[in-house]
Amino acid sequence: MGVDFLVGMANLMHIQLTLEPELKLLYRINAQSWKDINVDVNHKVESRLKLKFLELELKLLHCVKAHSWKNTEILTANVTRAVETIALLLVTMVMMLPTPSSSCSSSVVSLSQNPKSIRFDSFSRSVSNHMMEVCNCIEPQWPADELLMKYQYISDFFIAVAYFSIPLELIYFVKKSAVFPYRWVLVQFGAFIVLCGATHLINLWTFTTHSRTVALVMTTAKVLTAVVSCATALMLVHIIPDLLSVKTRELFLKNKAAELDREMGLIRTQEETGRHVRMLTHEIRSTLDRHTILKTTLVELGRTLALEECALWMPTRTGLELQLSYTLRQQHPVEYTVPIQLPVINQVFGTSRAVKISPNSPVARLRPVSGKYLLGEVVAVRVPLLHLSNFQINDWPELSTKRYALMVLMLPSDSARQWHVHELELVEVVADQVAVALSHAAILEESMRARDLLMEQNVALDIARREAETAIRARNDFLAVMNHEMRTPMHAIIALSSLLQETELTPEQRLMVETVLKSSSLLATLMNDVLDLSRLEDGSLQLELGTFNLHTLFREVLNLIKPIAVVKKLPITLNLAPDLPEFVVGDEKRLMQIILNIVGNAVKFSKQGCISVTALVTKSDNRAPPDFFVVQTGSHFYLRVKVKDLGAGINPQDIPKLFTKFAQTQSLATRSSGGSGLGLAISKRFVNLMEGNIWIESEGVGKGCTAIFDVKLGISNESKQSGIPKVPANPQHVNFAGLKVLVMDENGVSRMVTKGLLVHLGCEVTTVSSTEECLRVVSHEHRVVFMDVCTPGVENYQIALCIHEKFTKRHQRPLLVALTGNTDKSTKEKCMSFGLDGVLLKPVSLDNMRNVLSDLLEHRVLYEAM
Amino acid sequence: MELAQMQKSLQDYTKSLFLEGVLDSQFLQLQQLQDESNPDFVSQVVTLFFQDSDRILNDLSLSLDQQVVDFKKVDPHVHQLKGSSSSIGAQRVKNACVVFRSFCEQQNVEACHRCLQQVKQEYYLVKNRLETLFKLEQQIVASGGMIPAMELGF
Repeated sequence: MGVDFLVGMANLMHIQLTLEPELKLLYRINAQSWKDINVDVNHKVESRLKLKFLELELKLLHCVKAHSWKNTEILTANVTRAVETIALLLVTMVMMLPTPSSSCSSSVVSLSQNPKSIRFDSFSRSVSNHMMEVCNCIEPQWPADELLMKYQYISDFFIAVAYFSIPLELIYFVKKSAVFPYRWVLVQFGAFIVLCGATHLINLWTFTTHSRTVALVMTTAKVLTAVVSCATALMLVHIIPDLLSVKTRELFLKNKAAELDREMGLIRTQEETGRHVRMLTHEIRSTLDRHTILKTTLVELGRTLALEECALWMPTRTGLELQLSYTLRQQHPVEYTVPIQLPVINQVFGTSRAVKISPNSPVARLRPVSGKYLLGEVVAVRVPLLHLSNFQINDWPELSTKRYALMVLMLPSDSARQWHVHELELVEVVADQVAVALSHAAILEESMRARDLLMEQNVALDIARREAETAIRARNDFLAVMNHEMRTPMHAIIALSSLLQETELTPEQRLMVETVLKSSSLLATLMNDVLDLSRLEDGSLQLELGTFNLHTLFREVLNLIKPIAVVKKLPITLNLAPDLPEFVVGDEKRLMQIILNIVGNAVKFSKQGCISVTALVTKSDNRAPPDFFVVQTGSHFYLRVKVKDLGAGINPQDIPKLFTKFAQTQSLATRSSGGSGLGLAISKRFVNLMEGNIWIESEGVGKGCTAIFDVKLGISNESKQSGIPKVPANPQHVNFAGLKVLVMDENGVSRMVTKGLLVHLGCEVTTVSSTEECLRVVSHEHRVVFMDVCTPGVENYQIALCIHEKFTKRHQRPLLVALTGNTDKSTKEKCMSFGLDGVLLKPVSLDNMRNVLSDLLEHRVLYEAM
Repeated sequence: MELAQMQKSLQDYTKSLFLEGVLDSQFLQLQQLQDESNPDFVSQVVTLFFQDSDRILNDLSLSLDQQVVDFKKVDPHVHQLKGSSSSIGAQRVKNACVVFRSFCEQQNVEACHRCLQQVKQEYYLVKNRLETLFKLEQQIVASGGMIPAMELGF
């Protein structure tokens, strides 16, 4: 049915197409010539024709729209009828024409008879030809239509040209440009335009009557144009958004590029800054010298930041001002100072960041303003300084941040340069680095100073030590020499006095000699003590305990003092408590020395008045100094001695000084009486050794004073008196008859002398000259062995050990005594350690030997001997 | 010469020796030891001293004249001499020995030489004086007198 429809459509269209010119012709005729003929009829015919035609057209359209074949049939019928009508009309027209042609009339006649059989096209043709032959009156209307046509013609032509040239231009320019993403779009578009142009071009031929081919071509062109334009339109729907998006993407990329450029710029500047900082740091930290650090900082900063001027203000010693210490450009900066309390300075010191300050502030005006109108911007930053003094660590954090230096940086004038953020950061970093480097330098300086100080101290200490050593050595030498030099005369005196005692004397002479002996032995003791003061101070002095008569002691002391007292007319009284034991154990010699010293002082410092000496037994703690407790043990007691005088007296303030060595009170009275100032010191030492205490009480100058001391003594059961070999009160004729002794001495002379001594005393002496001989000869018969240990070497001492080994039982072993040239502590210790029973100092006096022997035999041990 | 005069001159001479310091109290001790049972004690001791000292001084001279002085040998000799002289009471000899010893410790050859000279000097002096003393004593004894006891006042 579709094919039929299409065929029907084609027929219709054909008819329409064929009709059209006829209709047009009719119109023309109508328009041109029918007026003359019959207006009414023309009108009627025209209107009827028009109506019919419109009807036809409408129906045709409907048919086309509805695709209805049936209606088309009807329409065809209508069309045929219309044609019939038209033919009739045409006939009528022809008849009415003034001179109808024969052919025409014949055709018309035939048509009126059988309208359906006619072939319309030939008919119409003939009619039209006729018309054209006949109607010459058509021509005068032609130029007016022709003008319009001509314009249309020309316009169409130009449109075509334009339509053809546009694609060419497009192609040309696209070929030129490198980038065009949508070439096929262009092709499409070109095709579209070309076809449009072609259409318009072909239109040019259709103004006049044209053949079917032209119509066909026209149709084809139109169809193609339609297709392409639709396709293009559809394509553009897709493409235009893409193109738009390209545009937006382009914009986006541009933005991105701009952003990246910015970031690149930022990174580059940062990297630059970093590089500068590294370089600066390296320069600054490569030295530990403060000046180099600061100078380098300024130079490098000036170079990096292209500064006009760079200056450093350091705080002065007082801390109240800032002084211009270093500048970059000026070689010898004038000594500017500014007070530290300026507001601008406080502002800068208050923050660790770099602060922009006014170029007119005092810290920035380094040179006289030379008429520059625009001073460069100025920035100031604080540099913390480490303030060290002897490495005070306690308040380290506070100390280290209190002092700042000020660094001022000036941009070049008239350059309109501004301080950028990264430059400020650079400055801050540099300031920090400088601070660190400066603190390192400060620490280094401080440690160098401390080291120098220590070295100096070391040197001084060394010198002092050497001096002290020299002094000690000198003292020891002196003591050693004097030791011997002083003893020698004393020996002579004692020896000779003792010798004298043994001769025939009158009683008075005897008394005198005895006194001489006593005094000299006392003197010898005193000398010993003075010379042995070092031993006292070492604490190595030991008391020589022995039993003695206390009462007698006191009386002797008084006897000694009495002469002087009598001369000064000072009565002395002695009060001994009734419960005072008679025989006591203690160091008689030293106790006598103490009492003698105190009583002697009393006598010395009194011009008048009585001196009383009281001795009693202390039971309880009355008036003793608080740190001293008196305890009475079984066999011991504390003796208290009080010596009271009414003499010069002592200022209570001076009392503590009394017991110091060599110290004396300043009064004239004491000065004139002389004295070494040692007495009380020595007495105090002895009292301390005796586990006692000594003190002085005085009410004041001119009111006299009382000296009191307590000492611990042992109570003795023995009543006999044994002689301690320093104060030989009575010469003892102890008989050593037949005492077998052995003398060992390498030195022949000494051997002989010692032998002579012992022989004189009545001993039976065997002499040997070597240790081997000694060992060979020694036997249990020998009671004492004297061995010379002068020669350096330990062999002599070894023999003591050998003898010990030889004689296991103590009572069989002979007593061993060493004869030596010096009796210092080390020698004695050595002897003790080797098991010797005693030590004798060579050369030995007769009495000495005698006493030693008796002592030895009695006690079997000898403490000490001269 | 009269006995008393001889005794007096002996006393003076002895005193002078003590005063000069040539002898010290030890000599007195020695004299003390001399008694009836031991009449020649002093001279015996002194003779022995002279013998000993001569020997020692010779040894010392030899030792010190060596190319390389062995102080370990020198020191004991000096020590011996010191001991002997102090036993006798020859004070100055003994003192010289003390000095000698200290230089020995320092190993100072030059000084030791000087000390040796000094010691010799002192020794010959004391020897001389003692010999004179003994001569005087002998004279007194020969004249039948007693050698007086020493009175000394320092």
